[in-house]
Amino acid sequence: MNRRTFPANAAAAILVAALVPGCATTPGDDELAARTTRVLHDSFEAAGEAGLERLDQDETQRSCSAAAGKPLPRDAAAKIEAANLATVRYPADGKLVGDWKNGEKIAQEGRGRQFSDEPGGPVGGNCYACHQVSKSELAYGTIGPSLYRYLERRGNTVEAQRYTYAKIYNSEAFAACSNMPRFGYKGILSEQQIRDVTALLLDPASPVNQ
Amino acid sequence: MKAVLGCVALLAMGIAPALAAQSSTTDEIAKYRAALQDGNPAELWEARGEGIWKAPRGPKRASLERCDLGLGPGVVKGAYARLPRYFADADRVQDLESRLVWCMTTLQGLTAAEALKNRFGNGSGARSDLEALAAYVSSESQGAKMDVPLAHPKEIEAYRIGEKLFYYRGGTHDFACATCHGEEGKRIRLQDLPDLTTPEGARAAYTTWPAYRVSQGEVRTFEWRLYDCFRQQRFPELVFGSDAAIALTVFLARNANGAPFAAPAIKR
Amino acid sequence: MGDPMKIRAALMGDETEVKVLMSHEMETGQRKDGKGQLIPAWFIQNVTVTWKDKTVLAAQWGTAVSKNPFLSFRFKGGAKGDKVTVTWVDNRGDRRTDEATIA
Repeated sequence: MNRRTFPANAAAAILVAALVPGCATTPGDDELAARTTRVLHDSFEAAGEAGLERLDQDETQRSCSAAAGKPLPRDAAAKIEAANLATVRYPADGKLVGDWKNGEKIAQEGRGRQFSDEPGGPVGGNCYACHQVSKSELAYGTIGPSLYRYLERRGNTVEAQRYTYAKIYNSEAFAACSNMPRFGYKGILSEQQIRDVTALLLDPASPVNQ
Repeated sequence: MKAVLGCVALLAMGIAPALAAQSSTTDEIAKYRAALQDGNPAELWEARGEGIWKAPRGPKRASLERCDLGLGPGVVKGAYARLPRYFADADRVQDLESRLVWCMTTLQGLTAAEALKNRFGNGSGARSDLEALAAYVSSESQGAKMDVPLAHPKEIEAYRIGEKLFYYRGGTHDFACATCHGEEGKRIRLQDLPDLTTPEGARAAYTTWPAYRVSQGEVRTFEWRLYDCFRQQRFPELVFGSDAAIALTVFLARNANGAPFAAPAIKR
Repeated sequence: MGDPMKIRAALMGDETEVKVLMSHEMETGQRKDGKGQLIPAWFIQNVTVTWKDKTVLAAQWGTAVSKNPFLSFRFKGGAKGDKVTVTWVDNRGDRRTDEATIA
């Protein structure tokens, strides 16, 4: 299905602008990016814990924004994945699996890091916003794949634990431009919280695996 | 072959595949939303907005009836479907709210701070004049075909910047508009998401704002929608009537061209 | 006195359909404000609709009715041009009366 963003519209508009005498020629992509950055900085105000530094992009965000919804070429994607994989920090004590009961709370909790959130208030992963997780929770989103029966698919191995922990820590280590936030790398969830969500997915007793 | 999402203006529905329990949940919610369509409280805002439009106010004791929304001073009918647009007197592309603030300050002599006071009603008492005016003005475009211009260089620039902003990943969570609104058939929890990268998605979504949001107990506008999206994207606070807000509005409103305008609508 | 209601009344065969949109906060008394204080209950308790001095609907409402209530009902009778009058009274003793003509 064609998901391009209105090239016909924009192209026609550019043509019109070029033909109208006295109008500046349309800016190249670099200039458009520069103008967009200026507009951004003039259009937002720091509020709560969200300062203007949140508008600054790292290389990953910049590359993925430039892709404008289209998949990256394989080599560019591989570079992003490698760079993000390098950021993964496992717990020093090697314990990757925590308490699934806390994990479920973290999966249900949608607050955290918004400028409207109470400072020091709860910070969750909001997993249910995008994923099916346990069977009993019907109010789940579909932006990400279903995680129901995760253990069955991944197996009860150290490798599965390491992958799961790392995926939550930095999703783009495995999928460049993934829609999923980089929960560990960006300091959204703590080490213990990531352990707990790992348990939610891999603990045989977890509702995800019933 | 195009997947027809079937996004009828006032009913955003997507029947989820898989579990039978799951599709009956979304069916029931669809029934609830259908039942809500009768008796839209937005009509109360429309009546109040019309009163505000016609009332003499401010140091200049003037009403807004000389306000030019793009079709000439005082012409309200059909104006919303042609916004945002470039206005020579302001030398700026303006959406409805920024145009209203312009008229309140120039025609009525209010300060910008006075015009922007309570820009978003707080759900329990502190009312927004701008939301009431938006309900009234947009109701006068109901049924009109979306016809947003893209001719003036500033309109074109706003469109291109809006498109760039749509894909701009930022904040702690790396969210862009496209993260949630860039794919067909997705939802957050049980809220269906329009795919704003397609004409069908843009039309279905844009033509149903402003809307009475039951969960807010207020009529909410497109400025509010953008503000609230960026809040949930963990960005800092979007400035009301800012260039970014207007650029994104131009991008989405223009992409909705051709569709009949259906607002004020009612949403959960 | 609260904000005006929006009332529509239309003849449908031998019945009149009345639709009323009321403007009211309908606080349950169970919500808390930003400071954690309970917001006092404030809700419509009685609704009366009359036609030709006859009460065609009498309702006692509680806190389950949501903000800006919408009421829709039919009664046997009515003719084009007749007036239908709606009155609400809330728990503070505030009241509002509006009328509409049957179309």
